[in-house]
Amino acid sequence: MARIYLDHNATTPVAPEVLEAILPFYREEWGNASSVHWAGRGPKNAIDEAREAVSELIGAPPRDVFFTSGGTESDNTALLGVANALVDKGRHVVTSDIEHPAILDTVKCMEQLHGYQATRLAVDRHGCHDLDEFRAAIRDDTVLVSIMLANNELGNINPIREMVEIAHEAGVLFHCDAVNALGKIPVDVAELGVDLLSISAHKIYAPKGVGALYVKRKTPFEALIRGGGQERGRRCGTYNTAGIVGFGKAAEIAMPHTAAAEMAAVGSLRDRLQATLLENLDGAEVNGDPDGRLPNTTNVSFLGVDGEGLVLSLDLKDIAISTGSACASGSLDPSHVLVGLGKDERWLAAAIRFSLGRSNDERQIDAVAATVISEVTRLRAVLPEANG
Amino acid sequence: MTSRPSLSHAASQLQLPSPGERVVVAMSGGVDSSVVAALLHERGCEVIGLTLSLYELESEVEGGCCSPEDISDARRVCADLGVPHYVLNYRDRFQKMVVQPFVDSYRRGETPNPCVGCNTFLKFDELLGKTRQLEARWLATGHYARVAQAANGDRQLLAGVDGSKDQSYFLWGIRAEVLPLLTFPLGAMSKEEVRDAARRLSVRTSDKPDSQDVCFIPGGRTAEFVASQGGAAGEGAIVDQDGCELGRHSGVHGFTVGQRRGLGLASPNPLYVTRLDASRKLVVVGGAEDLQTREVTTRDWNWLRRPQPDEPLRARVRYRSRATEVSHCATAGAGLRLQLREVVSAVAPGQSLVMYGGPSGSEVLGGGTIKGNAER
Repeated sequence: MARIYLDHNATTPVAPEVLEAILPFYREEWGNASSVHWAGRGPKNAIDEAREAVSELIGAPPRDVFFTSGGTESDNTALLGVANALVDKGRHVVTSDIEHPAILDTVKCMEQLHGYQATRLAVDRHGCHDLDEFRAAIRDDTVLVSIMLANNELGNINPIREMVEIAHEAGVLFHCDAVNALGKIPVDVAELGVDLLSISAHKIYAPKGVGALYVKRKTPFEALIRGGGQERGRRCGTYNTAGIVGFGKAAEIAMPHTAAAEMAAVGSLRDRLQATLLENLDGAEVNGDPDGRLPNTTNVSFLGVDGEGLVLSLDLKDIAISTGSACASGSLDPSHVLVGLGKDERWLAAAIRFSLGRSNDERQIDAVAATVISEVTRLRAVLPEANG
Repeated sequence: MTSRPSLSHAASQLQLPSPGERVVVAMSGGVDSSVVAALLHERGCEVIGLTLSLYELESEVEGGCCSPEDISDARRVCADLGVPHYVLNYRDRFQKMVVQPFVDSYRRGETPNPCVGCNTFLKFDELLGKTRQLEARWLATGHYARVAQAANGDRQLLAGVDGSKDQSYFLWGIRAEVLPLLTFPLGAMSKEEVRDAARRLSVRTSDKPDSQDVCFIPGGRTAEFVASQGGAAGEGAIVDQDGCELGRHSGVHGFTVGQRRGLGLASPNPLYVTRLDASRKLVVVGGAEDLQTREVTTRDWNWLRRPQPDEPLRARVRYRSRATEVSHCATAGAGLRLQLREVVSAVAPGQSLVMYGGPSGSEVLGGGTIKGNAER
């Protein structure tokens, strides 16, 4: 059987058109985009165009978007950039139990090194937030709220627009990590109302090592990475021209993919996979909010199966899926997101995330479903007591 | 002229996977397990490397195993071979099944063997479960020990051929019924031959130094580690055999039966720790003669093979000590009480007693944890 990739929330392959767009910026247009001479002109122009494409994808004015090294840098920069600009206002932030580590670890650092206090919103068993609880968490000294648009492990989509309204009523700025939502559902900063928004290129078929941060005009913000004044001083360092160009090309391609028909197509594949698994396996349960998820993601627990063993067994059969976030050194750690759902430990250890992408077709989905069903059945026989 | 060590020479002496069979190799990142992977790959087995992530060291220390650098070494070795490699997070289980019992044991005034628990509960239980999940026929490790088939078809656990490297002492906790699933391909080789094999197969860890001490205690500062894990036993008195106070100490967890240095006592004759009484916080000292005994009792026992009537038995009370002839053994609660023909010295509660038998005296028959004097 040919290799099948169902881990698009971890990363995506570089689209052929994106690669083609990038190559000239390694071959001919290798100049420093900040140079005044001929070598800098091509790259500078290409970055401007890429910025326009990326900005258009998120409905932002290009001047409010600057490039970074990826989603993690964007998240770090958003939190610390606002906090550092608002030191006189207070030292409290609001976030959630099921954010990405790029947020959670930065918040922890702010607490430990800089004397901040943080409120982490709990979630219910579907991974959803309580808006009243959120409203109550905001204090006079709150400088920033950071809530993700779509959760990378569950696919849950948060009611960002409502949350922004609540935050803004209290005069508090709102950052949104949209890294895993981008390219899968429409992301529009004006519609969401957010003040800052993080995105990453490699989740939308562009290279790793490029991201962007949207910072709405007049938002209090202190640059984190200082130096040669690039990005109007908001993010210094020589422009990663090729990566940025790739991001721009990928953004152009992504636009139609968030159209309703495209989302419905991947959603129906996801639903087909999920339905086949649930119909054919007892003791299978979907994690996350069944009513508000990314169309490409489903997170399923198979009772009596060790999720880690299932992931490795499927890898040995050339099927790439994951138990959750892939950020650690390849080791499979217990998912803080699933822990946050307050589920029974037997379901936690048995969870698998399937995340679909553009290249997946019905034949692949059916092959994966059949293999997962046979592997789950086999593993249950190997492990009658569901231990590790 | 050195031989060209490959596994074909060893096949008559130990249980080995056949070419084509799937084998999980437990890889610490050291040279031994790297060579196991390379030799089995060379033999034509389908190798899968697994490395357990067991703990996070606070400082960058070399010489342990399974540290982040070791994990990356194991990954690179597998990449060189072109075989899959996975890292499994066993940190919680390692803490619960190995580190915490280790700390508790020191707090009780014992001297534990953490490698025994790691082998018994993690490698040859949990990891064996993973082996089954991955549809592998075998679990291989780099231990210097052998599994072979006896004339009657039963599997035997035997000491490694290189006596100076033999690790069978740490393997007594393996359940007899899993022996058919285990292979220790280095069991018939010397360390020198393993290094030769590493160089011949261009294993990138071939010149890596051997691991030392207890892997999760960098630099061997055991007492400090135990204290940092909440195992400090509190200060108390150092007393002689009659109970007369000779000095003070900062906690029984810092001492081991048989220890001579670090007592801070002036005495015309050498003084040794003969007993640790955690409940009364006493370090009892005496002369060399007070350390000797002919009777050892364990609190638990695992048989790999029950001895034949009149089978000559030998017992080892610490790693690398000489095995002593057993004159009599009888069950004592969940454990075993052994009478020895000769005196043994400095038997430390918490260490393992391992019983050897068989025609060559190199077969592990069973083992248990040596009981403290106060335990009844």
